[in-house]
Amino acid sequence: MDALDRVVKPKTKRAKRFLEKREPKLKENTKNAMLIKGGNANLTVTEVLKDIYAVKKPFAVLYKKKNITRPFEDQTSLEFFSKKSDCSLFLFGSHNKKRPNNLIIGRMFDYHVLDMIELGIEKFVSLKDVKNSKCPEGTKPMLIFAGDVFDVNEEYRRLKSLLIDFFRGPSVPSIRLAGLEYVLHFTAVDGKIYMRSYKVLLKKSGCKIPRIELEEMGPSLDLVMRRTHLASDDLYKLSLKQPKALKPKKKKNISHDVFGTTYGRIHMQKQDLGKLQTRKMKGLKKRPAEKSAEDGGVSPKKSKSA
Amino acid sequence: MAAVRVEEVLAAAEEQEAERRRSVTVEKELELEFDLGNLLALDRNPPPAAGLRGAGPRREAQLRALARDNTQLLVARLWELPAERAGGAGGPLVARLPEPAFRLPREKPPPRPRPPTRWEQFARLKGIRRRKRTSLVWDEQAKEWRRRWGYRRAGGDPARAWLAEVPAGADPEEDQFARLRREKRERVARNELNRLRNLARAHRAGAAVPAAPLHPTGHQSREELGRVARVARVSTASLGRFQPRLPKEPAEPPSRSGGRKRRFEPLLGNLAAERSRQLELLRDMGSKKPVLDITRAVNKQLRQEEAEAAAAKGKKQSQRGKRGRRQQRAGRSSKKSGVRRQQQQQRPAGGGTGRRKKA
Repeated sequence: MDALDRVVKPKTKRAKRFLEKREPKLKENTKNAMLIKGGNANLTVTEVLKDIYAVKKPFAVLYKKKNITRPFEDQTSLEFFSKKSDCSLFLFGSHNKKRPNNLIIGRMFDYHVLDMIELGIEKFVSLKDVKNSKCPEGTKPMLIFAGDVFDVNEEYRRLKSLLIDFFRGPSVPSIRLAGLEYVLHFTAVDGKIYMRSYKVLLKKSGCKIPRIELEEMGPSLDLVMRRTHLASDDLYKLSLKQPKALKPKKKKNISHDVFGTTYGRIHMQKQDLGKLQTRKMKGLKKRPAEKSAEDGGVSPKKSKSA
Repeated sequence: MAAVRVEEVLAAAEEQEAERRRSVTVEKELELEFDLGNLLALDRNPPPAAGLRGAGPRREAQLRALARDNTQLLVARLWELPAERAGGAGGPLVARLPEPAFRLPREKPPPRPRPPTRWEQFARLKGIRRRKRTSLVWDEQAKEWRRRWGYRRAGGDPARAWLAEVPAGADPEEDQFARLRREKRERVARNELNRLRNLARAHRAGAAVPAAPLHPTGHQSREELGRVARVARVSTASLGRFQPRLPKEPAEPPSRSGGRKRRFEPLLGNLAAERSRQLELLRDMGSKKPVLDITRAVNKQLRQEEAEAAAAKGKKQSQRGKRGRRQQRAGRSSKKSGVRRQQQQQRPAGGGTGRRKKA
């Protein structure tokens, strides 16, 4: 019976709900991010973490005490934090002589580190430094990636995916058009990544589509890529795997060609050509004797009356 | 004169329109890729590197211009989406977004289906199907439709009956109501125990699965590694007997139970159970008849038939003759004798010999 004792059952409804919220789900919840301050972080790094926390806010946790850990050497404490706060995205900030103003951005799969990329901050403008109006908390940002490197280089491609995962927020079925007021723009040139955030001003243009004006909002960062830890191909593939129930069901007998035309395939029974109606002529008409023989001798009307 | 004026007006209007369009159109060498479900745009054009290399304010202006153009393109696409007024006519304009298309890794692996319970396994083996029963049945006495189970059920609650039959051969002094109550309590308790057992089994199955696929992450826990190493070690043809030992591995070959210790019955304990066990063993040894486990034999027979049917599918004609003869022979003997034959074959390898050896 010792096997029975190991099943941990929640004692209250609340605990049960809590555990159910953390279970793997078919359609997943929005990923939460944890922003972790390293063992020795300077003012810049701390400010960056605070600003990104402000941007991510309802879906983020800020660990603002010192956390002496090095994600590239030992991931256990990150995995512990991830399990504790049920977060699968992380941003770790630290500062030392070898790697000044260091940020590590990464994500987890099944509470294990999937991939992480180390970024150095070269320039930073805080939210507070720019004296402009800000966006309300929890605004879903528009994400724009500019630069061919994001498509060519494997590491940059993974970084792009990571950044989209990090900043995209909840996936929604519809959006208020006037509420599109926040843009995150990532530009990759000359081995540098410029992250800029702008507030969008929708101006009247005279036609349906408004004219866009941008206003600097902050935080803006100039980043360089340092060390990387990318998931192996099979693990990455495993993490991308979609459950069967979510895949769109295949429709039988319907096909499309390259031009978008829909073709249907119809299955029919074999036609009895003997009963085919051809041209009606007096000469081909069946005589009453033939008709009765075909019906099986007795017509239904007669049998009813009998 | 008038005609000229009309043309002029038209040209002016056209120019004005073009001017308006110019403020919202953006020229790009390569078209942008969009994923409107994520509000995402990917611009593959290389940015003007020369301008970005410059000093602070110039670079900022350049970046902002680039961002403005890209945002304009994205917003144009978003404004094309089917939109409606949320919450009536006066509400805000809301665009319906398509499903996000950019593939991102999941946070957790997809949920595993619940493993079948013991009963479900058994039912599947025997081919027992679930049968739908109506919840309402006609109550002859009350002359109305009542529930099959539960409160105000048809035929009345047997636990609340005022009369209980004393079975033939029963002790007349025994309280039959108390017996019924006790039996019910026992049934409920057994059902609960089985439910918990199923839960525990499902739990164990869930924990055992990660032994096989080891996540190729940078760090594995000590426990996980140990489990995988143990499985790998006994996965040879000789069950790990001739496997060279690792530096700090214990000398004895790894057991299949994975380090679980044997448990013996207590020396002084349930004397009645021990006595009955010994007596049963002696009875088995003394009897001439082979020890039969009917369920097991039937299952074996079923499995064999299934395997044969599966093998028959892919075989060629030359082998079909042989199988046909075998089937004929099986058909000649009656059902009962077929089962018995199975058990006789099974005996030398089965539990019978083991018991004899022990004794």
